[in-house]
Amino acid sequence: MNSLCIDLAALSASDVPLVGGKASALGRLAGAGLPVPRGICITTLAYEQYLDTTGLRQRLPLLLERKPFQEMRWEELWDLGLRIRSLFLNTPLPEKLTAEISAALSSHLINNPLTIRSSAPAEDSTTSSFAGLHDSFVNVHGLPALLDSVCLVWASLWSDRALLYRQELGLDPACSAMAVIVQELISGDCSGVAFSRCPGREEFVVIEAVWGLNQGLVDGDVEPDRLLLEPITGIIREQYHPERRHACRPIGNGVGLLPLSATQQATSPLTEATATQLLALLHQAENLFGSPQDMEWTLSQGTLFVLQSRPITTSSHTTEESERSWYLSLHRSLASLKVLRRTIEEEVLPAMAADAKRLAAVDLATLDNQTLAAAISERQQILDHWEERYREACIPMAHGIRLFGQVYNDTLRPNDPFAFLDFLAGDAGLLAVQRNQKMQEMAEMLRHDAEMVAMLREGGTPDPSTPFSLALADFIDRFGDLSLVMGGMRTGNRAVTELLVEMASAPPRTNRRPQVDEAMFLAEFSLDKQEFAQEVLAIGRASYRLRDNDNLAIGRLTQRLHEARNEAIRRQADLEIPELASQQATGKERVAQRLTPTPSVPGFYGSGKTRLQARQLVGQPAGPGLGVGPARVINQPADLASFKAGEILVCDAVDPNMTFIVPLAGGIVERRGGMLIHGAIIAREYGLPCVTGVPDATRLIRSGEMLTVDGYLGLVVIARP
Amino acid sequence: MNIPAEQLPVLQELCRSQPLAALATDAGSHPYVSLVAVAVTDDLHHLYFATPRATRKWANLTRNPRVSLLLDSRTNQVSDFRRAVAATLLGSAQEIDGAAHDEGLMIYLSKHPHLADFVASPTCALFQVQIDRIYLVTRFQNVMEFHLAP
Repeated sequence: MNSLCIDLAALSASDVPLVGGKASALGRLAGAGLPVPRGICITTLAYEQYLDTTGLRQRLPLLLERKPFQEMRWEELWDLGLRIRSLFLNTPLPEKLTAEISAALSSHLINNPLTIRSSAPAEDSTTSSFAGLHDSFVNVHGLPALLDSVCLVWASLWSDRALLYRQELGLDPACSAMAVIVQELISGDCSGVAFSRCPGREEFVVIEAVWGLNQGLVDGDVEPDRLLLEPITGIIREQYHPERRHACRPIGNGVGLLPLSATQQATSPLTEATATQLLALLHQAENLFGSPQDMEWTLSQGTLFVLQSRPITTSSHTTEESERSWYLSLHRSLASLKVLRRTIEEEVLPAMAADAKRLAAVDLATLDNQTLAAAISERQQILDHWEERYREACIPMAHGIRLFGQVYNDTLRPNDPFAFLDFLAGDAGLLAVQRNQKMQEMAEMLRHDAEMVAMLREGGTPDPSTPFSLALADFIDRFGDLSLVMGGMRTGNRAVTELLVEMASAPPRTNRRPQVDEAMFLAEFSLDKQEFAQEVLAIGRASYRLRDNDNLAIGRLTQRLHEARNEAIRRQADLEIPELASQQATGKERVAQRLTPTPSVPGFYGSGKTRLQARQLVGQPAGPGLGVGPARVINQPADLASFKAGEILVCDAVDPNMTFIVPLAGGIVERRGGMLIHGAIIAREYGLPCVTGVPDATRLIRSGEMLTVDGYLGLVVIARP
Repeated sequence: MNIPAEQLPVLQELCRSQPLAALATDAGSHPYVSLVAVAVTDDLHHLYFATPRATRKWANLTRNPRVSLLLDSRTNQVSDFRRAVAATLLGSAQEIDGAAHDEGLMIYLSKHPHLADFVASPTCALFQVQIDRIYLVTRFQNVMEFHLAP
């Protein structure tokens, strides 16, 4: 052993700065004779050495300081976390460090399955808890996998959730360090957690137990049996037995959820005898550390092991704890995403479509004023309801993209951390792409029909029996007339035809190559991991598709409200109608809200002689390519109508409802940041250069200015005379 | 971060705090860069530097008064890529005398009092640069452009 690796049993309280609280606690428990699985701690010195010898210490700030942390949206933090994780994964440990770690591992450890866990010095004090914020790996086999896991545990110091939580606590990640615990995996028959004071009911001890490993419990995928006991006598006061279905067990090189046998389904994993033993262990730990303890345990072949013991945070019921829960919710397991996908695909979207269809069937013109007023408020209520469901179900589903990306990067180690998007982009199920495809087809019809174009330009209406008219009617039936997004009171198909005429004047644009074949991804997984790989890919693709499609579903409902309001406005054009007066738009419509004009602060400073303007703006590269063209700044819906082919779309946030304009664009610049926002997704579909996360883009750039969009480096250059 | 109003104090602070700037003059077939001690007025319209008349830069300036200067806050560490601020100034340099010289000297010496003997030498010329444009670079690649009319 050396100062880079220390045997767990040799650790004491004074080692915390070197080994972190978790490892130090395990050392003290082992020293006091409590049953702790054998292992070593790779100290923070190893982490420091890794950062220094690989140059990561210099590279990390380059990623972190691209934009002020406070100004980053959660989607940008995702990206940042993903880039940093990829950097760690692709930066192998220096040989010297590998040799030191290898030398410290006993043959028993290296020849058995292992658990690799974080132990950061700043973790787990009585006032803050990092529980669950850093990564751990269970069932790791052999040195190469162990070293990979160590890098990933180090990287988790820089995950989005850890970064956010550190910011909340005022800790600088650059000044934080991470130790790593390497322990033999005890493949428990049952496992759980125990609190010597039950949070919220401190007169009791609470023990939770699940069959198998306690990963399922910690991730929230397996509901535990729960016992409340008297702390002194151990008398059981309350019991809760859930429906038991699965257990988390070691599979291949990891863990997975497996169905329980009928016997285990019917039996509580926690016997009274085990509860009594656990109570004794809790007492010992409390005495040892002098504070109430939160303990993780496992039972293997009749022997209890303590996997971890930490103080119960005093802030358990404060805002800080609920904040941490929120940060933890940034991570979703495959199991929970599968449930979410079913809910969205089988319940939410069909019900939204049914509502939109039902409302579309109402002939608003035939309603009397009172009924129209009632229809407007009904439509508002329906929209409010679905927006709430959208926030609950659809937004979290976006984590599926992230899960797939992480699995992809961990397995394939690409240099580009976003290479995984090639497996998601090009999805034929993306409604926005289907809509745009139909528009391309209609534009193609117009390209060969100069007469029709001339007539449309003059505002004429073509014969309804022409193929173009039929296609147009079919389009509007399926995707709406775009008037909602194009703004104003355009009726019928004016908004669509104006756009089509413009599209026809430009060369046709096809969307990019189709989705990359999944076989390339699946080939990287062993036979026993095929099912997992397929499921993760399916969730990634569903998440990518739904992220866009669910917005269009909301858009359809918004349009129904918009139509009813427009009808009311029409009726009130010439006369006052008291019933309708209170039904004016309240600005609550989501799509409209996104396009609310930003107060115009021109790109000038001061008055008179000094003039200040942006020359080059930095964002994130979100779609590779180089685009040059005049800017078209979208401040309000009406601005979309004047969009000309080849212009660079500059906007605050692209909504999937307005992405029909994208095939006309020469590039996209967006204020909102992230690789996974709608603007970036649609840009990728068309292979357009795209830069996102440009602060104040719509204020610093003016329509007509020549822009160069560098989608490789994330730069926007503004050329002015 | 890009809000113009926030960039002005950054530029003013840079000009106030940096004692030295790289001065590029026109040497005919190529540009010629020298390090000079500078003082910039608070309104950012003028910059002063001094140079002996026997220097190449002086000779260059007599042929072509157009200059470019670089002021920056680098510390020659990796963190500079994100933290250092740099300003490229474009303008026209003119050797000054009379009342303009006295005013310029006061501004120059209030920033560089230790150069009093140097500028007092009859062989030393004091130049005033009329600044037309400033390109301010922050965060490695964020560029704002200041236009200054005379």
